[in-house]
Amino acid sequence: MAGKGAKVVQKKQKITMGLLWKQRYLLMMSLPFVIWIIIFKYIPLWGWTMAFQEVKPATFAIPIWERPFVGFENFIKAFEDRLFQQTMINTIGISILQIAVGTVVAIAFAVLLNELVFSGFKKVTQTISYLPHFVSWVIIASIAKNIFNDGGVMDSLAGTNLHLMSTNSPLIWLVIVLIECWKEMGWSAIIYLSSMAGIDPGLYEAAQIDGANRFQKIWHITLPGIRPTIVVLLIMSIGGALNVGMERQMLLSNALVQDHTMVLSWFSYMRGIKSSDYGLGTALGVFQSVVGVALLLIANKIASMVGEDKLV
Amino acid sequence: MKNLHKTWFDYFLVVVFAFILVITLYPFLNVLAISLNDATDTLKNINFIFPRKFTLTNYKYVFEEGGILQPLFISIAKTVIGTLAGVICTAMLAYTLSRRDFVFHKLFTMIFVITMYVGGGLIPEYLLIVRTLHLGNNFLVYIIPGLIWVYNMILVRSFIDGLPIALQEAAKLDGANDFQIWYIVIMPLCTPVIATIALYYAVGQWNSFMDTYLYAKKLPTLQYKLYEIMSQATMQLDTHTTTNATQAVTPMAIRMAVTVVATVPIIIVYPFVQKYFVGGMTLGSVKD
Repeated sequence: MAGKGAKVVQKKQKITMGLLWKQRYLLMMSLPFVIWIIIFKYIPLWGWTMAFQEVKPATFAIPIWERPFVGFENFIKAFEDRLFQQTMINTIGISILQIAVGTVVAIAFAVLLNELVFSGFKKVTQTISYLPHFVSWVIIASIAKNIFNDGGVMDSLAGTNLHLMSTNSPLIWLVIVLIECWKEMGWSAIIYLSSMAGIDPGLYEAAQIDGANRFQKIWHITLPGIRPTIVVLLIMSIGGALNVGMERQMLLSNALVQDHTMVLSWFSYMRGIKSSDYGLGTALGVFQSVVGVALLLIANKIASMVGEDKLV
Repeated sequence: MKNLHKTWFDYFLVVVFAFILVITLYPFLNVLAISLNDATDTLKNINFIFPRKFTLTNYKYVFEEGGILQPLFISIAKTVIGTLAGVICTAMLAYTLSRRDFVFHKLFTMIFVITMYVGGGLIPEYLLIVRTLHLGNNFLVYIIPGLIWVYNMILVRSFIDGLPIALQEAAKLDGANDFQIWYIVIMPLCTPVIATIALYYAVGQWNSFMDTYLYAKKLPTLQYKLYEIMSQATMQLDTHTTTNATQAVTPMAIRMAVTVVATVPIIIVYPFVQKYFVGGMTLGSVKD
Protein backbone atom coordinates (compact mmCIF):
# COMPACT_ATOMS: atom_id res chain seq x y z
CA MET A 1 0.00 0.00 0.00
CA ALA A 2 2.83 2.40 0.79
CA GLY A 3 3.93 4.49 -2.17
CA LYS A 4 6.93 3.83 -4.31
CA GLY A 5 9.17 6.13 -2.35
CA ALA A 6 8.40 4.89 1.16
CA LYS A 7 11.33 3.55 3.07
CA VAL A 8 11.56 -0.04 4.07
CA VAL A 9 10.23 -0.14 7.61
CA GLN A 10 13.17 -0.09 9.93
CA LYS A 11 13.80 -2.42 12.80
CA LYS A 12 12.33 -1.33 16.11
CA GLN A 13 14.30 1.62 17.35
CA LYS A 14 15.26 2.18 20.93
CA ILE A 15 14.05 5.51 22.20
CA THR A 16 17.14 7.29 23.46
CA MET A 17 17.73 10.89 24.35
CA GLY A 18 20.12 11.13 21.42
CA LEU A 19 17.48 9.95 18.98
CA LEU A 20 14.85 12.29 20.41
CA TRP A 21 17.27 15.18 20.01
CA LYS A 22 18.00 14.16 16.45
CA GLN A 23 14.28 14.13 15.70
CA ARG A 24 13.49 17.27 17.69
CA TYR A 25 12.02 19.05 14.68
CA LEU A 26 9.67 16.16 13.96
CA LEU A 27 8.64 16.20 17.62
CA MET A 28 8.05 19.94 17.60
CA MET A 29 5.97 19.59 14.45
CA SER A 30 3.73 16.86 15.84
CA LEU A 31 3.59 17.03 19.64
CA PRO A 32 1.37 20.16 19.81
CA PHE A 33 -1.25 18.41 17.70
CA VAL A 34 -1.08 15.27 19.81
CA ILE A 35 -1.75 17.40 22.87
CA TRP A 36 -4.55 19.13 20.95
CA ILE A 37 -6.24 15.85 20.05
CA ILE A 38 -5.90 14.49 23.56
CA ILE A 39 -7.63 17.58 24.93
CA PHE A 40 -10.41 17.78 22.36
CA LYS A 41 -11.06 14.11 21.58
CA TYR A 42 -9.82 11.99 24.48
CA ILE A 43 -10.89 14.10 27.44
CA PRO A 44 -14.54 14.07 26.21
CA LEU A 45 -14.28 10.26 26.13
CA TRP A 46 -13.45 10.42 29.80
CA GLY A 47 -16.69 12.38 30.13
CA TRP A 48 -18.62 9.13 29.61
CA THR A 49 -18.23 8.59 33.35
CA MET A 50 -20.77 11.40 33.79
CA ALA A 51 -23.46 8.99 32.57
CA PHE A 52 -23.12 7.18 35.89
CA GLN A 53 -22.99 10.26 38.07
CA GLU A 54 -25.36 12.97 39.01
CA VAL A 55 -23.91 16.02 37.26
CA LYS A 56 -25.69 19.35 37.27
CA PRO A 57 -24.22 22.83 36.88
CA ALA A 58 -23.81 23.12 40.67
CA THR A 59 -21.86 19.87 40.99
CA PHE A 60 -19.87 20.25 37.78
CA ALA A 61 -16.96 21.95 39.51
CA ILE A 62 -16.47 18.98 41.85
CA PRO A 63 -13.64 16.67 40.72
CA ILE A 64 -14.94 13.67 38.77
CA TRP A 65 -13.94 11.15 41.44
CA GLU A 66 -15.88 12.98 44.16
CA ARG A 67 -19.17 13.40 42.32
CA PRO A 68 -22.06 11.28 43.60
CA PHE A 69 -22.13 7.91 41.85
CA VAL A 70 -25.67 6.93 40.89
CA GLY A 71 -25.21 3.71 38.89
CA PHE A 72 -27.75 3.37 36.13
CA GLU A 73 -30.13 5.95 37.53
CA ASN A 74 -29.57 8.36 34.64
CA PHE A 75 -30.42 5.65 32.13
CA ILE A 76 -33.60 4.71 34.02
CA LYS A 77 -34.57 8.37 34.19
CA ALA A 78 -33.97 8.69 30.45
CA PHE A 79 -36.05 5.63 29.56
CA GLU A 80 -38.88 6.78 31.79
CA ASP A 81 -38.90 10.27 30.32
CA ARG A 82 -42.28 11.10 28.83
CA LEU A 83 -40.67 12.02 25.50
CA PHE A 84 -38.34 9.02 25.26
CA GLN A 85 -40.69 6.55 23.62
CA GLN A 86 -41.85 8.93 20.89
CA THR A 87 -38.23 10.00 20.34
CA MET A 88 -37.15 6.41 19.76
CA ILE A 89 -40.06 5.79 17.38
CA ASN A 90 -39.15 8.92 15.42
CA THR A 91 -35.46 8.07 15.30
CA ILE A 92 -36.01 4.52 14.08
CA GLY A 93 -38.86 5.48 11.74
CA ILE A 94 -36.87 8.23 10.03
CA SER A 95 -33.80 5.99 9.81
CA ILE A 96 -35.59 3.06 8.21
CA LEU A 97 -37.38 5.31 5.74
CA GLN A 98 -34.13 7.09 4.99
CA ILE A 99 -32.11 3.90 4.45
CA ALA A 100 -34.80 2.34 2.25
CA VAL A 101 -35.65 5.36 0.09
CA GLY A 102 -32.14 6.81 0.06
CA THR A 103 -30.51 3.56 -1.06
CA VAL A 104 -33.05 2.81 -3.78
CA VAL A 105 -32.96 6.34 -5.17
CA ALA A 106 -29.15 6.51 -5.20
CA ILE A 107 -28.83 3.12 -6.91
CA ALA A 108 -31.51 3.99 -9.46
CA PHE A 109 -29.79 7.29 -10.19
CA ALA A 110 -26.42 5.58 -10.61
CA VAL A 111 -27.75 2.78 -12.82
CA LEU A 112 -29.61 5.16 -15.11
CA LEU A 113 -26.71 7.60 -15.29
CA ASN A 114 -24.46 4.68 -16.19
CA GLU A 115 -26.78 3.90 -19.10
CA LEU A 116 -26.78 7.46 -20.40
CA VAL A 117 -24.86 7.54 -23.68
CA PHE A 118 -24.69 11.28 -24.32
CA SER A 119 -21.43 11.96 -22.50
CA GLY A 120 -21.60 15.77 -22.48
CA PHE A 121 -25.10 15.76 -21.04
CA LYS A 122 -24.03 13.05 -18.58
CA LYS A 123 -21.23 15.20 -17.23
CA VAL A 124 -23.40 18.28 -16.85
CA THR A 125 -26.12 16.26 -15.13
CA GLN A 126 -23.68 14.73 -12.71
CA THR A 127 -22.05 18.05 -11.83
CA ILE A 128 -25.40 19.73 -11.23
CA SER A 129 -26.63 16.80 -9.18
CA TYR A 130 -23.78 17.44 -6.69
CA LEU A 131 -24.83 21.02 -6.06
CA PRO A 132 -27.27 20.46 -3.16
CA HIS A 133 -24.69 18.32 -1.38
CA PHE A 134 -22.38 21.30 -0.96
CA VAL A 135 -25.07 23.60 0.33
CA SER A 136 -25.53 23.87 4.10
CA TRP A 137 -28.59 22.55 5.93
CA VAL A 138 -29.61 26.05 6.94
CA ILE A 139 -29.86 27.07 3.30
CA ILE A 140 -31.62 23.82 2.40
CA ALA A 141 -34.12 24.47 5.20
CA SER A 142 -34.73 27.97 3.92
CA ILE A 143 -35.31 26.62 0.40
CA ALA A 144 -37.49 23.77 1.69
CA LYS A 145 -39.78 26.28 3.37
CA ASN A 146 -40.56 27.82 -0.01
CA ILE A 147 -41.39 24.44 -1.45
CA PHE A 148 -43.24 22.65 1.34
CA ASN A 149 -44.66 25.30 3.63
CA ASP A 150 -48.31 26.29 3.52
CA GLY A 151 -48.76 28.40 0.42
CA GLY A 152 -45.46 27.16 -0.99
CA VAL A 153 -44.59 25.78 -4.40
CA MET A 154 -46.06 22.32 -3.75
CA ASP A 155 -49.35 23.80 -2.58
CA SER A 156 -49.37 26.07 -5.59
CA LEU A 157 -48.83 23.10 -7.93
CA ALA A 158 -51.49 21.04 -6.20
CA GLY A 159 -53.89 23.96 -6.12
CA THR A 160 -54.79 23.21 -2.53
CA ASN A 161 -53.20 23.35 0.91
CA LEU A 162 -51.38 20.06 1.45
CA HIS A 163 -50.13 20.88 4.98
CA LEU A 164 -46.86 19.09 4.19
CA MET A 165 -44.92 20.78 6.96
CA SER A 166 -47.74 21.58 9.32
CA THR A 167 -49.36 18.20 9.97
CA ASN A 168 -48.50 16.72 13.33
CA SER A 169 -47.95 13.20 11.99
CA PRO A 170 -45.22 10.99 10.54
CA LEU A 171 -45.90 12.73 7.21
CA ILE A 172 -43.04 15.02 8.22
CA TRP A 173 -40.69 12.00 8.22
CA LEU A 174 -41.45 11.51 4.54
CA VAL A 175 -40.90 15.20 3.80
CA ILE A 176 -37.56 15.16 5.64
CA VAL A 177 -36.45 11.99 3.87
CA LEU A 178 -37.44 13.40 0.46
CA ILE A 179 -35.44 16.55 1.14
CA GLU A 180 -32.46 14.45 2.22
CA CYS A 181 -32.78 12.35 -0.97
CA TRP A 182 -32.96 15.45 -3.10
CA LYS A 183 -29.84 16.81 -1.41
CA GLU A 184 -27.70 13.68 -1.46
CA MET A 185 -28.93 11.65 -4.47
CA GLY A 186 -26.23 12.66 -6.92
CA TRP A 187 -23.49 12.56 -4.35
CA SER A 188 -24.27 9.15 -2.90
CA ALA A 189 -24.50 7.75 -6.44
CA ILE A 190 -20.74 8.37 -6.88
CA ILE A 191 -19.73 5.35 -4.87
CA TYR A 192 -22.06 3.08 -6.85
CA LEU A 193 -20.83 4.56 -10.12
CA SER A 194 -17.21 3.92 -9.21
CA SER A 195 -18.18 0.40 -8.21
CA MET A 196 -19.81 -0.07 -11.64
CA ALA A 197 -16.66 1.15 -13.34
CA GLY A 198 -14.94 -1.87 -11.83
CA ILE A 199 -17.22 -4.40 -13.52
CA ASP A 200 -15.48 -6.45 -16.21
CA PRO A 201 -16.63 -5.10 -19.64
CA GLY A 202 -16.23 -8.63 -21.00
CA LEU A 203 -19.38 -9.60 -19.14
CA TYR A 204 -21.42 -7.05 -21.07
CA GLU A 205 -19.90 -8.15 -24.37
CA ALA A 206 -20.67 -11.79 -23.63
CA ALA A 207 -24.24 -10.85 -22.70
CA GLN A 208 -24.50 -8.84 -25.92
CA ILE A 209 -23.51 -11.89 -27.97
CA ASP A 210 -26.03 -14.00 -26.05
CA GLY A 211 -28.70 -11.50 -27.10
CA ALA A 212 -29.40 -9.87 -23.73
CA ASN A 213 -31.22 -6.54 -23.82
CA ARG A 214 -30.43 -3.43 -21.73
CA PHE A 215 -32.69 -4.39 -18.83
CA GLN A 216 -31.34 -7.91 -18.65
CA LYS A 217 -27.82 -6.56 -18.59
CA ILE A 218 -28.67 -4.19 -15.74
CA TRP A 219 -30.44 -6.94 -13.80
CA HIS A 220 -27.91 -9.72 -14.34
CA ILE A 221 -24.61 -7.85 -14.57
CA THR A 222 -24.70 -4.29 -13.20
CA LEU A 223 -26.72 -4.90 -10.04
CA PRO A 224 -24.93 -8.13 -9.02
CA GLY A 225 -21.66 -6.35 -9.80
CA ILE A 226 -22.31 -3.61 -7.26
CA ARG A 227 -23.90 -5.91 -4.67
CA PRO A 228 -20.84 -5.99 -2.36
CA THR A 229 -20.85 -2.18 -2.28
CA ILE A 230 -24.56 -2.10 -1.53
CA VAL A 231 -24.15 -4.58 1.33
CA VAL A 232 -21.26 -2.71 2.92
CA LEU A 233 -23.09 0.61 2.76
CA LEU A 234 -26.26 -0.96 4.15
CA ILE A 235 -24.40 -2.49 7.09
CA MET A 236 -22.80 0.86 7.84
CA SER A 237 -26.07 2.75 7.63
CA ILE A 238 -27.79 0.26 9.91
CA GLY A 239 -24.94 0.75 12.38
CA GLY A 240 -25.67 4.46 12.27
CA ALA A 241 -29.44 4.06 12.48
CA LEU A 242 -29.73 5.91 15.79
CA ASN A 243 -27.36 8.69 14.76
CA VAL A 244 -29.95 10.88 13.09
CA GLY A 245 -28.30 14.27 13.06
CA MET A 246 -29.77 16.97 15.24
CA GLU A 247 -28.91 19.81 12.86
CA ARG A 248 -31.17 18.69 10.01
CA GLN A 249 -34.02 17.71 12.33
CA MET A 250 -33.96 20.99 14.16
CA LEU A 251 -33.78 23.11 11.01
CA LEU A 252 -36.58 21.33 9.18
CA SER A 253 -38.81 21.25 12.25
CA ASN A 254 -41.31 23.75 13.56
CA ALA A 255 -43.57 24.02 16.58
CA LEU A 256 -46.42 22.22 14.83
CA VAL A 257 -44.55 19.04 13.98
CA GLN A 258 -41.98 18.87 16.74
CA ASP A 259 -43.50 15.75 18.32
CA HIS A 260 -42.52 13.82 15.21
CA THR A 261 -39.15 15.40 14.47
CA MET A 262 -37.52 14.92 17.87
CA VAL A 263 -34.67 12.40 17.58
CA LEU A 264 -32.20 10.94 20.06
CA SER A 265 -29.29 13.35 19.52
CA TRP A 266 -31.57 16.37 19.76
CA PHE A 267 -33.25 14.93 22.84
CA SER A 268 -29.86 14.44 24.45
CA TYR A 269 -29.11 18.11 23.76
CA MET A 270 -32.46 19.24 25.18
CA ARG A 271 -32.07 17.33 28.43
CA GLY A 272 -28.30 17.65 28.74
CA ILE A 273 -27.68 21.26 27.78
CA LYS A 274 -31.01 23.09 27.63
CA SER A 275 -32.18 21.61 30.96
CA SER A 276 -28.59 21.37 32.26
CA ASP A 277 -28.87 17.75 33.40
CA TYR A 278 -25.42 16.80 32.14
CA GLY A 279 -25.54 13.26 33.55
CA LEU A 280 -28.84 12.48 31.85
CA GLY A 281 -27.73 13.97 28.53
CA THR A 282 -24.49 11.99 28.57
CA ALA A 283 -26.39 8.80 29.41
CA LEU A 284 -28.50 9.31 26.29
CA GLY A 285 -25.36 9.79 24.23
CA VAL A 286 -23.80 6.63 25.66
CA PHE A 287 -27.00 4.71 24.96
CA GLN A 288 -26.90 5.91 21.35
CA SER A 289 -23.27 4.82 20.87
CA VAL A 290 -23.66 1.44 22.54
CA VAL A 291 -26.81 0.56 20.60
CA GLY A 292 -25.06 1.74 17.43
CA VAL A 293 -22.20 -0.71 17.92
CA ALA A 294 -24.67 -3.50 18.72
CA LEU A 295 -26.68 -2.77 15.57
CA LEU A 296 -23.53 -2.77 13.47
CA LEU A 297 -22.51 -6.18 14.81
CA ILE A 298 -26.00 -7.61 14.30
CA ALA A 299 -26.24 -6.30 10.72
CA ASN A 300 -22.80 -7.68 10.04
CA LYS A 301 -23.79 -11.08 11.42
CA ILE A 302 -26.96 -11.20 9.34
CA ALA A 303 -25.02 -10.24 6.21
CA SER A 304 -22.58 -13.08 6.75
CA MET A 305 -25.42 -15.51 7.49
CA VAL A 306 -27.06 -14.80 4.15
CA GLY A 307 -23.74 -15.37 2.44
CA GLU A 308 -22.46 -11.83 1.93
CA ASP A 309 -18.99 -10.62 2.70
CA LYS A 310 -18.58 -9.34 6.20
CA LEU A 311 -17.59 -5.79 6.89
CA VAL A 312 -15.66 -6.44 10.08
CA MET B 1 -21.12 -2.19 -24.37
CA LYS B 2 -22.15 1.10 -25.90
CA ASN B 3 -23.21 0.66 -29.48
CA LEU B 4 -23.61 3.65 -31.72
CA HIS B 5 -27.19 2.78 -32.52
CA LYS B 6 -29.42 4.74 -30.17
CA THR B 7 -32.74 3.32 -29.06
CA TRP B 8 -35.89 4.93 -27.65
CA PHE B 9 -34.52 4.09 -24.21
CA ASP B 10 -31.56 6.42 -24.69
CA TYR B 11 -33.86 9.31 -25.46
CA PHE B 12 -36.17 8.33 -22.65
CA LEU B 13 -33.21 8.58 -20.25
CA VAL B 14 -32.50 12.09 -21.49
CA VAL B 15 -36.05 13.04 -20.57
CA VAL B 16 -35.67 11.43 -17.14
CA PHE B 17 -32.47 13.32 -16.40
CA ALA B 18 -33.84 16.57 -17.77
CA PHE B 19 -36.64 16.16 -15.26
CA ILE B 20 -34.13 15.48 -12.45
CA LEU B 21 -32.21 18.62 -13.45
CA VAL B 22 -35.39 20.68 -13.26
CA ILE B 23 -36.18 19.31 -9.80
CA THR B 24 -32.63 20.05 -8.66
CA LEU B 25 -32.40 23.54 -10.03
CA TYR B 26 -35.94 24.85 -9.68
CA PRO B 27 -35.76 25.48 -5.91
CA PHE B 28 -32.55 27.48 -6.31
CA LEU B 29 -33.92 29.55 -9.18
CA ASN B 30 -37.09 30.10 -7.19
CA VAL B 31 -35.07 31.54 -4.28
CA LEU B 32 -33.10 33.77 -6.62
CA ALA B 33 -36.24 35.01 -8.35
CA ILE B 34 -38.02 35.80 -5.07
CA SER B 35 -34.98 37.67 -3.79
CA LEU B 36 -35.07 39.84 -6.91
CA ASN B 37 -38.81 40.31 -6.94
CA ASP B 38 -40.89 43.05 -5.38
CA ALA B 39 -41.73 41.79 -1.88
CA THR B 40 -45.42 42.66 -1.89
CA ASP B 41 -45.87 41.15 -5.34
CA THR B 42 -44.32 37.90 -4.05
CA LEU B 43 -47.13 37.58 -1.49
CA LYS B 44 -49.60 36.73 -4.24
CA ASN B 45 -47.88 33.53 -5.29
CA ILE B 46 -44.34 32.33 -4.73
CA ASN B 47 -44.19 29.75 -7.48
CA PHE B 48 -42.03 31.43 -10.12
CA ILE B 49 -38.45 31.44 -11.38
CA PHE B 50 -38.39 34.74 -13.26
CA PRO B 51 -38.89 37.91 -11.24
CA ARG B 52 -42.28 39.41 -12.07
CA LYS B 53 -41.46 42.86 -10.74
CA PHE B 54 -37.70 43.17 -10.73
CA THR B 55 -36.14 45.10 -7.85
CA LEU B 56 -32.95 45.24 -5.83
CA THR B 57 -34.70 46.68 -2.78
CA ASN B 58 -34.46 43.41 -0.85
CA TYR B 59 -30.68 43.30 -1.17
CA LYS B 60 -30.40 46.98 -0.43
CA TYR B 61 -32.40 46.50 2.75
CA VAL B 62 -30.47 43.42 3.80
CA PHE B 63 -27.09 45.10 3.44
CA GLU B 64 -28.09 48.49 4.82
CA GLU B 65 -30.47 47.65 7.64
CA GLY B 66 -30.66 43.87 7.83
CA GLY B 67 -27.57 43.53 9.99
CA ILE B 68 -25.82 40.93 7.86
CA LEU B 69 -22.53 42.78 7.48
CA GLN B 70 -21.20 41.57 10.81
CA PRO B 71 -22.25 37.92 10.21
CA LEU B 72 -20.82 38.10 6.71
CA PHE B 73 -17.55 39.38 8.09
CA ILE B 74 -17.43 36.66 10.75
CA SER B 75 -18.21 33.97 8.19
CA ILE B 76 -15.43 35.17 5.90
CA ALA B 77 -12.93 35.54 8.75
CA LYS B 78 -13.74 32.08 10.07
CA THR B 79 -13.47 30.52 6.62
CA VAL B 80 -10.16 32.18 5.78
CA ILE B 81 -8.46 31.72 9.16
CA GLY B 82 -9.88 28.25 9.76
CA THR B 83 -8.76 27.07 6.33
CA LEU B 84 -5.27 28.55 6.61
CA ALA B 85 -4.69 27.18 10.09
CA GLY B 86 -6.21 23.84 9.19
CA VAL B 87 -4.11 23.40 6.06
CA ILE B 88 -0.81 24.35 7.68
CA CYS B 89 -1.34 22.20 10.77
CA THR B 90 -2.65 19.25 8.77
CA ALA B 91 0.26 19.32 6.34
CA MET B 92 2.83 19.62 9.10
CA LEU B 93 1.40 16.75 11.09
CA ALA B 94 0.94 14.61 7.98
CA TYR B 95 4.60 15.03 7.10
CA THR B 96 5.85 13.88 10.50
CA LEU B 97 3.55 10.86 10.39
CA SER B 98 4.73 10.00 6.88
CA ARG B 99 8.26 9.61 8.23
CA ARG B 100 8.61 5.93 8.99
CA ASP B 101 11.86 6.60 10.88
CA PHE B 102 10.14 8.94 13.36
CA VAL B 103 10.21 7.25 16.77
CA PHE B 104 6.57 7.97 17.56
CA HIS B 105 5.30 7.37 14.03
CA LYS B 106 3.19 4.33 15.00
CA LEU B 107 1.96 5.65 18.35
CA PHE B 108 0.94 9.09 17.08
CA THR B 109 -0.76 7.67 13.98
CA MET B 110 -2.81 5.38 16.20
CA ILE B 111 -3.79 8.21 18.53
CA PHE B 112 -5.21 10.14 15.60
CA VAL B 113 -6.87 7.29 13.73
CA ILE B 114 -8.76 6.00 16.79
CA THR B 115 -10.64 9.29 17.02
CA MET B 116 -12.21 8.60 13.63
CA TYR B 117 -14.16 5.75 15.22
CA VAL B 118 -14.89 6.78 18.79
CA GLY B 119 -15.95 10.12 20.17
CA GLY B 120 -17.09 11.53 23.47
CA GLY B 121 -20.37 12.83 22.15
CA LEU B 122 -22.13 16.16 22.35
CA ILE B 123 -22.48 16.80 26.08
CA PRO B 124 -18.90 16.05 27.19
CA GLU B 125 -17.54 18.13 24.28
CA TYR B 126 -19.87 20.99 25.11
CA LEU B 127 -18.82 20.93 28.77
CA LEU B 128 -15.14 20.80 27.87
CA ILE B 129 -15.38 23.76 25.51
CA VAL B 130 -17.79 25.96 27.44
CA ARG B 131 -17.31 25.07 31.10
CA THR B 132 -13.70 23.93 31.32
CA LEU B 133 -11.91 25.90 28.60
CA HIS B 134 -14.27 28.92 28.62
CA LEU B 135 -14.20 29.20 24.85
CA GLY B 136 -17.88 30.11 24.60
CA ASN B 137 -18.50 33.22 22.48
CA ASN B 138 -14.80 33.38 21.69
CA PHE B 139 -13.72 33.48 18.05
CA LEU B 140 -11.20 30.72 18.77
CA VAL B 141 -14.06 28.25 19.21
CA TYR B 142 -14.48 28.38 15.43
CA ILE B 143 -10.85 27.52 14.81
CA ILE B 144 -9.37 25.35 17.53
CA PRO B 145 -11.77 22.47 18.32
CA GLY B 146 -12.08 21.51 14.64
CA LEU B 147 -8.51 22.44 13.67
CA ILE B 148 -7.49 19.16 12.01
CA TRP B 149 -9.72 16.61 10.32
CA VAL B 150 -7.99 13.27 10.65
CA TYR B 151 -9.35 12.20 7.27
CA ASN B 152 -7.63 15.17 5.59
CA MET B 153 -4.42 14.36 7.42
CA ILE B 154 -4.51 10.83 5.99
CA LEU B 155 -5.11 12.20 2.50
CA VAL B 156 -2.02 14.40 2.73
CA ARG B 157 0.05 11.67 4.32
CA SER B 158 -0.69 9.17 1.60
CA PHE B 159 0.13 11.81 -0.99
CA ILE B 160 3.52 12.41 0.64
CA ASP B 161 4.07 8.64 0.77
CA GLY B 162 3.85 8.67 -3.02
CA LEU B 163 6.63 11.25 -3.46
CA PRO B 164 10.16 10.00 -4.24
CA ILE B 165 12.11 9.66 -1.01
CA ALA B 166 15.33 10.64 -2.79
CA LEU B 167 14.30 14.31 -2.69
CA GLN B 168 14.21 14.27 1.09
CA GLU B 169 17.53 12.45 1.30
CA ALA B 170 19.17 14.91 -1.04
CA ALA B 171 17.93 17.82 1.06
CA LYS B 172 19.22 16.10 4.17
CA LEU B 173 22.67 15.75 2.63
CA ASP B 174 22.59 19.46 1.89
CA GLY B 175 22.15 20.03 5.61
CA ALA B 176 18.44 20.81 5.77
CA ASN B 177 16.66 20.03 9.02
CA ASP B 178 13.31 18.25 9.14
CA PHE B 179 11.33 21.45 9.28
CA GLN B 180 13.15 22.82 6.24
CA ILE B 181 12.62 19.57 4.34
CA TRP B 182 8.90 19.87 4.98
CA TYR B 183 8.70 23.53 4.14
CA ILE B 184 11.06 23.73 1.18
CA VAL B 185 10.91 20.27 -0.39
CA ILE B 186 7.58 18.66 0.51
CA MET B 187 5.09 21.53 0.60
CA PRO B 188 5.65 22.78 -2.97
CA LEU B 189 5.12 19.24 -4.28
CA CYS B 190 1.89 18.85 -2.33
CA THR B 191 -0.04 21.60 -4.12
CA PRO B 192 -2.78 19.31 -5.54
CA VAL B 193 -3.57 17.66 -2.24
CA ILE B 194 -3.28 20.96 -0.37
CA ALA B 195 -5.82 22.47 -2.76
CA THR B 196 -8.12 19.55 -2.08
CA ILE B 197 -8.05 19.78 1.68
CA ALA B 198 -8.18 23.60 1.60
CA LEU B 199 -11.47 23.32 -0.26
CA TYR B 200 -12.72 20.73 2.22
CA TYR B 201 -11.93 23.02 5.13
CA ALA B 202 -13.31 26.11 3.42
CA VAL B 203 -16.64 24.55 2.49
CA GLY B 204 -16.91 23.02 5.95
CA GLN B 205 -16.22 26.33 7.67
CA TRP B 206 -18.53 28.36 5.47
CA ASN B 207 -21.40 25.90 5.91
CA SER B 208 -21.06 25.09 9.58
CA PHE B 209 -23.92 26.10 11.78
CA MET B 210 -23.87 23.95 14.91
CA ASP B 211 -20.64 25.52 16.20
CA THR B 212 -22.34 28.93 16.38
CA TYR B 213 -25.56 27.45 17.70
CA LEU B 214 -23.85 25.58 20.53
CA TYR B 215 -20.91 27.77 21.44
CA ALA B 216 -20.96 31.28 20.03
CA LYS B 217 -24.39 32.81 19.53
CA LYS B 218 -22.88 36.22 20.20
CA LEU B 219 -20.63 35.76 17.18
CA PRO B 220 -23.27 34.97 14.57
CA THR B 221 -22.18 33.69 11.19
CA LEU B 222 -24.18 34.10 8.01
CA GLN B 223 -25.64 30.61 8.45
CA TYR B 224 -26.73 31.42 11.98
CA LYS B 225 -28.18 34.76 10.90
CA LEU B 226 -30.25 32.97 8.30
CA TYR B 227 -31.42 30.52 10.95
CA GLU B 228 -32.48 33.43 13.16
CA ILE B 229 -34.44 35.02 10.35
CA MET B 230 -36.12 31.68 9.68
CA SER B 231 -37.09 31.04 13.26
CA GLN B 232 -38.59 34.51 13.58
CA ALA B 233 -40.60 33.90 10.45
CA THR B 234 -41.85 30.58 11.80
CA MET B 235 -43.27 32.34 14.80
CA GLN B 236 -45.47 34.34 12.47
CA LEU B 237 -46.22 31.20 10.44
CA ASP B 238 -44.00 32.32 7.60
CA THR B 239 -45.68 35.49 6.55
CA HIS B 240 -46.63 35.35 2.96
CA THR B 241 -50.01 36.65 3.89
CA THR B 242 -49.85 38.72 7.05
CA THR B 243 -47.43 41.53 6.33
CA ASN B 244 -49.00 44.88 5.73
CA ALA B 245 -48.79 46.01 2.19
CA THR B 246 -47.18 49.36 2.89
CA GLN B 247 -43.92 47.72 3.88
CA ALA B 248 -41.44 47.48 1.05
CA VAL B 249 -39.75 44.33 2.29
CA THR B 250 -41.17 41.25 3.97
CA PRO B 251 -39.47 38.68 6.22
CA MET B 252 -39.65 36.28 3.34
CA ALA B 253 -37.89 38.62 0.92
CA ILE B 254 -35.17 39.24 3.51
CA ARG B 255 -34.78 35.52 4.07
CA MET B 256 -34.43 34.90 0.34
CA ALA B 257 -31.84 37.64 -0.14
CA VAL B 258 -29.76 36.28 2.76
CA THR B 259 -30.13 32.75 1.41
CA VAL B 260 -28.73 33.86 -1.92
CA VAL B 261 -25.82 35.69 -0.27
CA ALA B 262 -24.97 32.54 1.72
CA THR B 263 -25.27 30.23 -1.29
CA VAL B 264 -23.41 32.19 -3.97
CA PRO B 265 -19.87 31.43 -2.73
CA ILE B 266 -20.66 27.72 -2.71
CA ILE B 267 -22.13 27.79 -6.21
CA ILE B 268 -19.07 29.61 -7.50
CA VAL B 269 -16.59 27.26 -5.84
CA TYR B 270 -18.25 23.86 -6.02
CA PRO B 271 -17.69 22.99 -9.71
CA PHE B 272 -13.96 23.31 -9.05
CA VAL B 273 -14.25 21.60 -5.72
CA GLN B 274 -16.25 18.62 -6.83
CA LYS B 275 -13.55 17.06 -8.95
CA TYR B 276 -11.19 17.13 -5.97
CA PHE B 277 -13.91 15.93 -3.62
CA VAL B 278 -14.79 13.04 -5.87
CA GLY B 279 -11.13 12.13 -6.16
CA GLY B 280 -10.70 12.16 -2.40
CA MET B 281 -13.82 10.17 -1.83
CA THR B 282 -12.89 7.37 -4.20
CA LEU B 283 -9.31 7.28 -2.97
CA GLY B 284 -10.62 4.86 -0.38
CA SER B 285 -9.13 3.85 2.88
CA VAL B 286 -5.44 4.27 3.40
CA LYS B 287 -3.71 1.81 5.59
CA ASP B 288 -0.20 1.93 6.88
